[in-house]
Amino acid sequence: MPINTPFIAASPQEQAISHLFIVVLCWMGVILLTVTGLVTYAIIRYRKKGEGEPRQIFGNTRLEWIWTLLPLALVCYFFVATLHTMAVSDPPTRGHSPDMLIIGHQWWWEVHYLKSGVVTANDVHFPVGVPTLVEFKSADVIHDWWVPELGPKIDLIPGHPNKLWIDVDKPGTYLGTCAQFCGAEHAWMRIRAIAQEPAQFDAWLKEQETIPPQPTSGPALAGLKLFKSLPCISCHTIEGLGPTPDAGPNLTHIATRETLGAGRLMNTPKNLAAWLKDPQKFKPGTQMPNLRLTNQQVNDLVAYLETLR
Amino acid sequence: MSDIPVTSLPHAIPHPRERMMSWVASVDHKQIGILYMTTAFFFFLCGGVEALLMRAQLAFPEEHFLSPGAYDQIFTMHGTTMVFLFGMPVLIGLANYLVPLMIGARDVAFPRLNAFSYWLLFFGGLMLYFSFFAGGAPNVGWFSYAPLSEKPFSTSPGIDYWALSLLVLGIGSVAAGINLIVTILTLRVKGMTIRRLPLFVWMTLVTSILIVMALPALNVDLVMLLIDRKLGGNFFAMAATGGSAILWQHFFWAFGHPEVYILALPAFGIISEVIPVFSRKAIFGYGYIAASTVAIGILSFAVWAHHMFAVGLGRPWDVAFAAGSMLIAIPTGVKIFNWIATMWGGSIRFTTSMLYAIGFLIFFTIGGLSGVTLAVFPIDWQVHDTYYIVAHLHYVLFGGTAFAVFAGLYYWFPKFTGRMLSERLGKWNFWLTVIGFNTTFMVQHALGILGMPRRAWTYPNLPYWGILNLISSIGAFILGIAILVLIVNIWVSLKHGERASDNPWGAWSLEWATSSPPPPENFEKVPPVRSRRPLWDLVHPDDPDWLHGNA
Ligand code: HEC
Ligand SMILES: [Cu+2]
Ligand SMILES: [Cu+2]
Repeated sequence: MPINTPFIAASPQEQAISHLFIVVLCWMGVILLTVTGLVTYAIIRYRKKGEGEPRQIFGNTRLEWIWTLLPLALVCYFFVATLHTMAVSDPPTRGHSPDMLIIGHQWWWEVHYLKSGVVTANDVHFPVGVPTLVEFKSADVIHDWWVPELGPKIDLIPGHPNKLWIDVDKPGTYLGTCAQFCGAEHAWMRIRAIAQEPAQFDAWLKEQETIPPQPTSGPALAGLKLFKSLPCISCHTIEGLGPTPDAGPNLTHIATRETLGAGRLMNTPKNLAAWLKDPQKFKPGTQMPNLRLTNQQVNDLVAYLETLR
Repeated sequence: MSDIPVTSLPHAIPHPRERMMSWVASVDHKQIGILYMTTAFFFFLCGGVEALLMRAQLAFPEEHFLSPGAYDQIFTMHGTTMVFLFGMPVLIGLANYLVPLMIGARDVAFPRLNAFSYWLLFFGGLMLYFSFFAGGAPNVGWFSYAPLSEKPFSTSPGIDYWALSLLVLGIGSVAAGINLIVTILTLRVKGMTIRRLPLFVWMTLVTSILIVMALPALNVDLVMLLIDRKLGGNFFAMAATGGSAILWQHFFWAFGHPEVYILALPAFGIISEVIPVFSRKAIFGYGYIAASTVAIGILSFAVWAHHMFAVGLGRPWDVAFAAGSMLIAIPTGVKIFNWIATMWGGSIRFTTSMLYAIGFLIFFTIGGLSGVTLAVFPIDWQVHDTYYIVAHLHYVLFGGTAFAVFAGLYYWFPKFTGRMLSERLGKWNFWLTVIGFNTTFMVQHALGILGMPRRAWTYPNLPYWGILNLISSIGAFILGIAILVLIVNIWVSLKHGERASDNPWGAWSLEWATSSPPPPENFEKVPPVRSRRPLWDLVHPDDPDWLHGNA
């Protein structure tokens, strides 16, 4: 698995930040070496040698000026560099209408593609090379969107929508996480950003726009019936079934997602069954209750959910 | 300033046989100082145990040693305890004990108010910990961000306990701050002008002003939260009907950032006393250290939104607060250089106290420098709310404040108790602390840069996360052993330690001019104060400081 760090930039925004980060860290290293060097020299050279008191020195104005003005110059340089980087890493958003809307929930991400009306969750697809303006909102408490390779993090605050340009320039899967403490399962509110070449992205979007056909026989049909009769339908939307609640992730295309439970499990039929059997086992405290389903019910539901491609 | 009219001060000390009562009913600044410090040390151990529980849970990925519910209570209590029940009380306690002695006074200005402040701490702390038995400790972080801390999302009574006890503690701190300010301004012995104050007193003065100005912001924030939670108000909860989650943060950090300096400035004061004495040289650049402290005090009110760079406050705000945050590095750097210059050309004695002061110089510098990277806000947009911040704040508060407190403990313990701490155990304590501390926190910088968020009860097994967390946890337990050595040292030395003379280190400030421990009235006779180092002048009548224009 590749490591996940702001230093491997996958967007021009992050490129600028990581460059600045490295420059500042180098300067900090120089200062640290200077201070440690001086302290080390002092404790070796000036350790106690005799009983007499050393010569008393009370200060030196010229030195005070030097160690005030040199750091001041460095700080001014950082300030200018900050202004530059900021212009690149967080370009103005005013006057543009957002392409995507991401809503934070305790503890999952609701993702809307505003131009096509597609709604999905947790796996967030981006087209490579196409700057995407994302609006961030929260349905409950404060969350924070953070994918290190893609640029700045940003808070999702109730009543205070934020916007950010995301402009991925390398295809790949980038892992991120909710960074603001948001309650019991803050740890498992992970992000999977999937950047695809525009052609692939469009194909994916097309797939998400078409509603999968409803099963007509076998366990899948039993699963569909269960889904409608159990409380599932009061929390989860599946296009074509009627109500569109958003208390839980939209499951219209659940079988095309890579993970379950905001990055908690890989999306395999086995894991899906285990999740349905007892979500609290994997995410203690999650808003999806343990519905005490029988194995038969679970198998039918899995059979149905697997048809949702 | 004139001598203090001794008769006008209340009589503090009952008959020594009424031991227990003499503490409970004491209005003597030395006893109250000791009470503050022992209470703080007790809570330091509580906070330490909480830290070890967290590190045990995080030692391996996807561990289930603690449930998320338990973990959230423990990390909240750890932060709250270390800031409000250890950091502030230990420093206020130290100031309580030392400030009157250092300025040649008999007690603080308002001894009864002083006792009141202490007992607010005691009962406030008890109330906070009682929440464990009353339905659960607070579980939304020491910062308690709204709306998570509001009724719709957190019904736990722990949060009410949290708000109420912090309110109690906050009132006690403000009273202590006022007391120290008035003491320093009005009770100085003849000759102790403002420009001759020991730097520890200078730092305490500025800290106390910060306390009086910053704590009220927290107190009103808490009252608003309680109104929301208990009386159905809506300051922070529901955005739809006018509540603002960001408002909580403004109030909280308007207190919270000065708070960082409330915890750091007295530490600077300790270092400014310890380094000169063990380098056998006068402090270098006295005026610059004092002035830079005032600068820090003022700037500390102009940087709070650097905790909120990810909130989306808007460009002008971010830029202004970044500028303030970067500037504050300069007066801090000035101090570091002056301390090094004090050692330069000295004759350094490597006592445990001095070792801790040297440790402070290095580790606080690391924390300060990582702080500068955070002030550069595009970098903060990456590392904010990650383990990089956890590392940064522990380099500042442990590598800085705690190291300074330990330096001060080894330095003033003889004055407090009449006995020396063991230097042999002290060296063990110091080196284990250095190793444990750095093993725990150095790797956390890397964890943050590898994408690990803070305040997470567990984590997926991503590349390097497991091993780095394991290293960090091992370090934490080494640190735990170091603290055990300290406890043993205190215990053994209290009973069998070498007897301390009045001035075992050959120091120069007034607290060393009286017996160890000092008598209830502090001084039989305060030596004349004609410079910053009255005791130097006594020992070196041929070369007194006031001949060097330092009067
Ligand atoms: C009370 C509302 C509620 C009910 C009832 C409910 N769920 Fe959920 N479900 C959720 C929530 C909330 C999540 C997101 C959990 C998380 O990641 O923390 C979720 C997650 C899921 C997921 C994983 C989705 C993803 O993209 O990660 C699946 C699949 C799922 N639920 C299926 C079901 C089925 C099938 C039922 C009926 C047996 C059901 N749920 C009943 C609220 C509910
Ligand atoms: Cu979140
Ligand atoms: Cu979170």
